[in-house]
Amino acid sequence: MAQRLAMSAERSEDLTQPQQEYSGSEILLRCLIEEGVEVIFGYPGGAVLPIYDSLYHGAVKHLLARHEQGAIHAAEGYARATGKPGVVIATSGPGATNLVTGIANAQMDSIPLVCITGNVNQDLIGTDAFQEADITGITMPITKHSYLVTDVRELPRVVKEAFHIASTGRPGPVLVDIPKDVSNGKTGYHYPEQVHIRGYQPKTDPHPLQITRLHQALAEAKKPLILAGGGVVTSGGEHELIAFAETARVPVTTTLMGLGGFPGQHPLWLGMPGMHGTYAANHALLECDLLIGIGARFDDRVTMGRLDKFATGAKIVHIDIDPAEIGKNVDTYIPIVGDVKKSLSAALEGLPRSRSEAWVKRVQGWYREKPNRYRDSDQVLKPQWVIRHLHESTGGDAIVTTDVGQHQMWVAQYFPFAKPRSFITSGGLGTMGFGFPAAIGAQLAHPEATVISVTGDGGFQMTSQELAVIALGNIPVKVAVLNNRCLGMVRQWQEVFYKKRYSEVDLADSPDFVKLAEAYHVKAWRAESKEEAARAWKEALSAPGPAVVDFRIHPEENVYPMVAPGKGLDEMIMGEEES
Amino acid sequence: MRHILSVLVNDQPRVLARVAGLLGRRNFNIESISVGESEEPGLSRMVIATRGDEQTMEQVQKQLHKLVDVIKVQDLHDHSAVERELLLVKVGAGPATRMEISGIIEPFRASIVDVGPHSLIVQATGERSKLDALMELLHPYGIKEVARTGVTALSRGANKAGVALTAGG
Ligand SMILES: Cc1ncc(C[n+]2csc(CCOP(=O)(O)OP(=O)(O)O)c2C)c(N)n1
Repeated sequence: MAQRLAMSAERSEDLTQPQQEYSGSEILLRCLIEEGVEVIFGYPGGAVLPIYDSLYHGAVKHLLARHEQGAIHAAEGYARATGKPGVVIATSGPGATNLVTGIANAQMDSIPLVCITGNVNQDLIGTDAFQEADITGITMPITKHSYLVTDVRELPRVVKEAFHIASTGRPGPVLVDIPKDVSNGKTGYHYPEQVHIRGYQPKTDPHPLQITRLHQALAEAKKPLILAGGGVVTSGGEHELIAFAETARVPVTTTLMGLGGFPGQHPLWLGMPGMHGTYAANHALLECDLLIGIGARFDDRVTMGRLDKFATGAKIVHIDIDPAEIGKNVDTYIPIVGDVKKSLSAALEGLPRSRSEAWVKRVQGWYREKPNRYRDSDQVLKPQWVIRHLHESTGGDAIVTTDVGQHQMWVAQYFPFAKPRSFITSGGLGTMGFGFPAAIGAQLAHPEATVISVTGDGGFQMTSQELAVIALGNIPVKVAVLNNRCLGMVRQWQEVFYKKRYSEVDLADSPDFVKLAEAYHVKAWRAESKEEAARAWKEALSAPGPAVVDFRIHPEENVYPMVAPGKGLDEMIMGEEES
Repeated sequence: MRHILSVLVNDQPRVLARVAGLLGRRNFNIESISVGESEEPGLSRMVIATRGDEQTMEQVQKQLHKLVDVIKVQDLHDHSAVERELLLVKVGAGPATRMEISGIIEPFRASIVDVGPHSLIVQATGERSKLDALMELLHPYGIKEVARTGVTALSRGANKAGVALTAGG
């Protein structure tokens, strides 16, 4: 890697002589290269000028977003698509604070990120200097760890630790705040080979005794169920999960973050649980006698916060790499602290078959008889139809990102993901504006893949300025706007819980998305009917570069099934579509 | 149930903010936090007095452990421990009441550390309950100002605070 840098431009001599002194910003760049960073997402400014000067050689690819929020969501998209830490750079003050939403988003979904921010000179810190923000303080609750680098000699160790912490154990965002005098400061360069962090030793191997207890519980179980979450995807344990489920004969429900962690067309799959979950998954949760949570955190969108109505007759097994997740939301009968992949492969040895045959038949029956359903129409364009069409047209071979709202749930319900890391969404924080820039990051990670950003007319307008990025870089992201002329999910809640008092959800006066895209030199189509939709989508998919399709869907379509907040999983509203 | 946590942390800038912020954010209730040097250079010992049932305390410990700057966490509730707090209290007192006050504080092994024309300062150390009792007795004289350090504590004898939970991620 060092050679790559050495080849570029006039500084080649510097880099072959280890005794030489380098500036902090050059050291940073060398560290990033040693970490194998392929692309950095960012936005420059005064406090990071030295760093951007080092980037001038082009030794590492940099993507100039149009807003720091776009940069960090793109970095997240990259990280979610690859499992490698995403790297983002922002200047001090407003640049740094524009990262906050993305940092919180990554923290909630356990996404590895290294966020590099500039800060003012150290002698100005604390003086309310121009563009000073206490970004370490602001982000303390939403980072896995953070550093304010006060000495250029510390920089290599800090960067090494930052990548290590971000990507091991339960991954998460790490912030490295670098004052300008540190990036300008000079010292020799040595990148540490190893990290020693006394207070950070993630436990990845499960305790054998707990695995034995799991075996016993399985052998006794008549109605076992697996609740698989994002941890399956993070650990790369999808094959072990399939083997486990098939060998022990246990049906599987995957949370929003777990979609793709178990094949969406597998006979043991019951769909997603929770607020917009399937009848089969929710009823299986109500009735199971053994619930095996795997890399899932029993979020209130799954349990509805009603633990009195959640798996009440079940022994709960919880496998998670983060010990603090175990016992946080539900009482656990068998705690297994460890990496999901390692824990499952340990469990596979001597894994008994459960006595679940009748149960498996029953839940499969539920899944068949009460699948996610909608009433199709030839007059208006139905969003569910659009999602199914996206699936069919690609044979499911696509990476799909979403924003937050109804369209997100429709993707979760109607696009059966076959592979991990093919569904990229903001699960925990529920961040509008996430999906489109995330698609850019995913596309950079997988240039050959079909990357589809399914977004709402609301969410798209939060980060649509990144159209400039896909246009300029000819990044072939295909944006599918499910345009219902309103903030759909909020409208749905107002319809159901506020007597149709539609307060501030009307987006009818949005810009013309086709013209908006064209203004950025991106090809675009509009579709009002199925025929137009099919045609427009076909052309968009086969267009060589980026494309936007504005699907004008029926504005009053709702997401069903639905469990109202405060209700239990036994109180599902199936929706009138499902007569 | 009241618990005293002894937490070994890296002596880093902001470590107190990290710990206090975490406890606040997770909605754990804190009675006091005191922090000072430990037996090992580079590490500080933080003593946190808090309340919670068993499950809450387990979460508190696990969440603390997630902080990279936290090296060890021990609940002193499980061990016999020496627990102390320092109290300074300025009590209204003229020449007529000084003797009386000094009689009251004597059984508490407290001492008068400053005398002014209309007030004096009493210094006392001990368990929280003892200091509370002393405060109650001093109340009738008029409490002008109070400063308490919050609890600090060490496990007794062979127990070394901080071996309870292995370092985690
Ligand atoms: C940044 C942000 N602000 C507000 C919300 C609350 N919210 C959740 S869904 C939603 C409506 C989304 O509308 P749109 O993007 O058009 O998608 P749709 O629901 O119509 O598919 C809103 C406002 C949010 N999730 N994120």
